[in-house]
Amino acid sequence: MSILEIIKEPWPWYVAGPLIGLTVPILLIIGNKSFGISSSLRHICAACIPANISFFKYDWKKESWNLFFVLGIFFGGFIAAHFLSNPNPVEIAPELSEKLATYGITDHSGLVPAQLFSWESLLTLRGFIMIVVGGFLVGFGTRYAGGCTSGHAIMGLSNLQWPSLVATICFMIGGFVMALLILPYILSL
Amino acid sequence: MSLENKNIDGEGINASQKKETALANLKYLIVGIFFGIVFVKAEIISWFRIQEMFNLESFHMYGVIGCAVAVGLISVQLIKKFNIKTLDGEKIEIQPKTFNKGQIYGGLLFGFGWAITGACPGPLFAQIGTGATVIVVTLVSAIAGTWVYGLIKDKLPH
Repeated sequence: MSILEIIKEPWPWYVAGPLIGLTVPILLIIGNKSFGISSSLRHICAACIPANISFFKYDWKKESWNLFFVLGIFFGGFIAAHFLSNPNPVEIAPELSEKLATYGITDHSGLVPAQLFSWESLLTLRGFIMIVVGGFLVGFGTRYAGGCTSGHAIMGLSNLQWPSLVATICFMIGGFVMALLILPYILSL
Repeated sequence: MSLENKNIDGEGINASQKKETALANLKYLIVGIFFGIVFVKAEIISWFRIQEMFNLESFHMYGVIGCAVAVGLISVQLIKKFNIKTLDGEKIEIQPKTFNKGQIYGGLLFGFGWAITGACPGPLFAQIGTGATVIVVTLVSAIAGTWVYGLIKDKLPH
């Protein structure tokens, strides 16, 4: 198998996890930056719609590295999808596949299921909740918590910050409650 | 002026006071590209992988996050122990996280959003890059969520 073919296969957790962890020292060493992505949303607010809100009145330009970083993530997504994509269908757990089929979600070809997240589904109640309400909770919740998976779960835990452990546990509790107790109702809509 | 305003992530007391030039910022763009590729190739941005995680049907995401924390933890401890400097010779500063109840309430709300959208803020950018254009709406909504938080934060329990 050529190297490109190996790269095109889905990467296992023991390869991807350490690579993601390495982002922490790389950002610290190249520019004294603490890994964190949700801050980019705040900088976009500060840059575009500060509206005289004190929370958005700061020198966002000094934090613009974070915007370059997320722009890079966007390009990375583009490159991976167009030049390094896995030719085989994405494998998902059979239990999940069965459960999703009962809600009419049978297409597993994309990383983002087109039957839930598409411009057409945006006009349905289910699509609106998944796309708009879900996004709002991500933006509101991460800022309220002072960080997301990267800032708290990875950077914060790496620096042995107990508030980040509290945040990470709450992310997981929220995720379990939604996925197991509430999402089935949303998917049934 | 709230305390948090002075506590923006990555904005330590001694941390890089100088403004980075556009050229210097390119290095973060490159790290971001590398990171985005890992996101897609490890299928971390897959809605299905996130559902598997919260349904305890796959070890994949736990393995990814666990390994990332382990490598990050070892790196940070090594940086501290050996007093490793940045490429520009600055002392590496990491802002400590101070506890407030927002980490509980906000954490739970983000957890809801994470399980619905199958994405944290980083994956949103990567998903759009892969061509899922409707996720632009999710991103705009997340920016709106951040903005509404800024608007009402003084009325929320912290």
